Parts: sequence; C-alpha cells; structure tokens
Amino acid sequence: MTLYARRKLVNRLALTLAGGAAALGLFWLTAILWTLLAKGVAGIDLALFTEMTPPPGDAGGLLNAIFGSLVMTVVAVLVGAPVGILAGTYLAEYARYEQGGRLGEVVRFVNDILLSAPSIIIGLFVYEVMVVRMGHFSGWAGAMALAVIAVPVVLRTTDDMLTLVPAGLREAAAALGASRWKVIVTIAYRAAGSGMMTGVLLAIARVSGETAPLLFTALNNQFWSGDMNAPMANLPVVIFQFALSPYENWQRLAWSGALVITATVLLLNVVARMLAARNRGNEA
Amino acid sequence: MTDITGQPTPTPTARARHFGAVAARGRRQDGVFHAVTLAAALAVLLVLGGVIVSLIAGAWPAVRTFGVDFLLTETWNPVTDKFGALAPIYGTLVTSTIAMAIGVSVGFGIAVFITEICPGWLKRPLGTAIELLAGIPSIIYGIWGLFVLAPFLQHNVQPFLIESFEDVPVLEALFQGPPYGIGVLTAGLILGIMVLPFITSITREVFDTVPPMLKESAYGLGATTWEVVWKVVLPYARVGVVGGVMLGLGRALGETMAVTFVIGNAHRISASLLAPGTTISAAIANEFTEAVGDIYASSLILLGLILFVITFGVLALAKLLLRRAQARSGGTR
Repeated sequence: MTLYARRKLVNRLALTLAGGAAALGLFWLTAILWTLLAKGVAGIDLALFTEMTPPPGDAGGLLNAIFGSLVMTVVAVLVGAPVGILAGTYLAEYARYEQGGRLGEVVRFVNDILLSAPSIIIGLFVYEVMVVRMGHFSGWAGAMALAVIAVPVVLRTTDDMLTLVPAGLREAAAALGASRWKVIVTIAYRAAGSGMMTGVLLAIARVSGETAPLLFTALNNQFWSGDMNAPMANLPVVIFQFALSPYENWQRLAWSGALVITATVLLLNVVARMLAARNRGNEA
Repeated sequence: MTDITGQPTPTPTARARHFGAVAARGRRQDGVFHAVTLAAALAVLLVLGGVIVSLIAGAWPAVRTFGVDFLLTETWNPVTDKFGALAPIYGTLVTSTIAMAIGVSVGFGIAVFITEICPGWLKRPLGTAIELLAGIPSIIYGIWGLFVLAPFLQHNVQPFLIESFEDVPVLEALFQGPPYGIGVLTAGLILGIMVLPFITSITREVFDTVPPMLKESAYGLGATTWEVVWKVVLPYARVGVVGGVMLGLGRALGETMAVTFVIGNAHRISASLLAPGTTISAAIANEFTEAVGDIYASSLILLGLILFVITFGVLALAKLLLRRAQARSGGTR
C-alpha cells in the first residue's frame, strides 16, 4: 500500500470512529429517555399527583414526595440564589477592578471546586452541622444541603454574565452621576438579567434531581408533612427506595417519578439554554 | 427667580449642598452594598472551610481508633466495629478508571466529530443533545443501569466476556465468576456515560480555541483531517484537554447514586470486574443512616473525608490546567 493510500485509510477509519462515538452518545440519550417513557408513562395519571405514597401492594401516588421536593427546592433557591448572585456580583463588579487583590481569584477557584464536589460530601457536612445539632432529620436540613449545591451554579453564571456586560454601559451611567451600586443594580443587572436567570434555572434543575445529599438530611417520610422541622418526603429519595424495593407497585411509582423528574429537569435545561442564547443575541 | 415650572430656583449654595448630600448618601449605600457582596463571597469560602472542619471533626474518633491502618485494611465489619477503607478506595479507583477509559475515548471522538466533521446545521442540536446527558439526574442513570443495562450485560455481554477470555492469562482473572449483571464493570460503564458530556464539552471548547490559521496551514500542506486533529489540534489543545479529563475524573470519583444502584455493595476486593464491589460514595449512601455506634458513623465520615481530599486534589489540578490553557488562548481567566 502506498503512503498516500495508507494516510487516506487511516483518516477514513478515524473519522468513522468519531462518527460512531457521536452516534453512541446519541444512542445513550435516546435509550435512557425511551426506557423512561416506556416504563413511566403508564403510571402518569391523576392519582400520581393527588395521592400519597402507598404501603406495598396498595394503589397510591407521589403527592407528598412531589410537595416535599417542591418546598425544599423553593427554600434552597430562595437561600442559595441571593447568596450566589451577590457573591458573583462581588467577583465581577468589585474584585475584578482591585489591583493585586487575590480574594476574587481564591473565591472563584473555591467556587469551581464546590461546583464539582461530590454532593454526598455536602450531605455529610449538613448532617454534621444541622442534623446532629438539632438531634433529628428535617426538611430544613435538606433544603440547606440543596442551597449549598445551588450557590456555586448561580455564582458562576452571575460572574460570567456580568463580566460580559460592556464597560461602556457602566461608564455612561457613572458619568450621569449614578453611584456605583445604582450602576450595578439598575444597569449591569438589567443588561445581564436573562443570563443571570439562566443560572437560577440551571440551579433549580441541578437541585431538583439531587438525591445523595438528601439521604441523611431530609431523610424521607411516608406521609403528608408540611413541617420543615420533621423528616420530609422528597421525590429522589422515594424513587431510590421504591426502585430498590421488591414490590411491583412501588417500582412502577419509581419509574413514573423518574419520568416526572427527568422531564422537569430537561425542560428547565432547555429553557435555560434558550434564555442564554437570547442573552447572547442581545449583545451581538 | 423661578424655573420653568414656576418653582423658585434654589441658590447655587443650596444646590451644591443638596448634591453633596445625594453623593454622600450614594457613597454610604455603596459601602453597604460592597460589604454585602463581600460577605456573600466570603460565605463561599466559609462553606468550604465548614466542610473541611466538620468532616475532620466527625472523622476524628475513627482516625484515633484505626490510624493509618484504616487505609490498609479490607475488613468492614459493623458487628465487631472493625473498619478499613481499602475495598471502597479500590472500588472507587477501578470504577473511575473504567469510566475514564470509556468517557475519554468516546468523548474525544464526539468532540472531533462536532468540531471537524459535522455539517454546520447539525452542530447545535448534537451539542445540545450531548449536554442534556449531563442534565439527567444521577438517580435516573442508577435505575436505568439497574433495570436495563445490568440485565442486558448479564445475558448478552458478560457470558461472552467470560467465555472469550477463559484461557487468556491475566485477562482470565478480570472476567471470571458468574455473570451477575451488577458489579464493578457495570458501575464503570454507567460512570463512563455520565462523565462523557463533561469531557466532550470541555474538549470542544479547547478545540475551538485553536487558531484556524494553524489548521489551515496544515491542510494547505496536504494533511488529512485526522492528521490535522492528531498532530496540530491536539498538541495545541493538550493542556486544556487534560484539564477536561481531570474534571470528568473528579465527577466520576464522587458520583454516588448511579453507582449505588449497580455496584452490588460488597466490601471486598475481587480481581474480577464482574464481581460486586463498593465505592466510597456508595458505602456512605448505603450505610450512613443505618450506622449505629459512633465508630461506625465516624468511619463512614472518614471515608467521606478521604473522598473529599482525593476529589479536591483532582479538581484543583483540573482547574489549574484549564486556567493555563485559557491564558494561552488569550482568555482573561
């Protein structure tokens, strides 16, 4: 074989493999989504959203779990998003202009580590700090664990989006006599608004699927409970327990719950992506 | 004197005083806002500090009881209160190795396909689809792995592996024993799928930083697409790609739920990849709520501390490499 023919062959082979890899990636996604639809869709009915988690063998739904997940997610985002936005503001609007200041870099570095840190470690941390102190598992502890996970996501996006806001906008406002915080809140936040919203949505998406940090903070609850001071039912942990149980009706509920969570999370991801794309469109 | 609305015009000194007061108020509010944002930024550092302190405090009884032996013992016996981390650490490393072998090869292939081969209209949908894989919660991977992937491997792949490597030295040991479906190999495979999108998206990003001029010069000299990727793009993007791989590794090491479903949770070290095992995170997830006795719980927290130290090191290295790659491509950070 000539050198030329061999190079062509190697090239074709490598590119085919790359195409195969892309096909494989798509295959996993479709395989997972297909399974969820095939096994979960049958269980999606009114009862799923109106009845409590049943004992083995009985009919029932996931109402208490869905409610618990919603409450804890809302609390987590209400706590985590402001902290993330403010800290992101510090990095993009203050630390960026400080000559020789290392604090901004350190915070950014630590935040990136927290962003990828194993979520079960966050669970252990909240367990030590809250559950041990309070003496029992609680919805608050679960919500705080989720908040700790939400902060880095929001912080990172806020930092990135504020950095993208052109300096000219801020200078124009400052030249009109606006004080610095007014410039940030009324000009920079507005310009970066939809991008920052993306961060919050991504944080909600990330938090609503998290299971590991809830295992020993919120624990779980068979019954309806709106009491944040007591163990609280939540969708991920219910799915975990029901899927691993030997009871067929529990497993069916687990699949339906899995479909609900995945649909929610993917929808949030897609909306966040569209918002981010629009934000980029505004600047161009 | 009156202005256009009929109001009396303030004297110049009154006006100056008024503006002075406004400016002073602005400065005060500035100070408060600065302090609040600074506090939020410090809270992030506080969380990291809190994680480290609380893990060390929780792990202390186990550290005092077992010392260095904890890292070197395979025994994990809640009845006699004898605990060693060797099996979970081994499981974590082996599953992550399998995951990286799959994630890196496939992720790299996808990145090459998207940046170099794929027609323009397909780029965005394909990229989005791969990134959606990262959005799927890990518990979903877990139940999919347990109910779909594991039975499939058990019936179709594992018997074939066992048969084909039956008389090959070394490899024989890796694929022996009954095909359970669940086990170290399945966990590694699931992890590989999970880290795939992280590796792909970062590899894509650094591939995009390669100056077009460099690639065009190589094409101009008659290089094939593969030669451009392998000999021009990859060397240029090397640091960033390694950073992306480390980031994926950080994820794989700490991934919990998906592994908990499919690994079988057995505290022992077997040569066979088909045998059940455990990882650090799976052990914590499975046993922590049932851990009775201080030493048991403390040992699990010590496992968590070990995991945290390992992932912290890996992620820190990843960040440093990626920062270096970005600095070279002219980025700001």
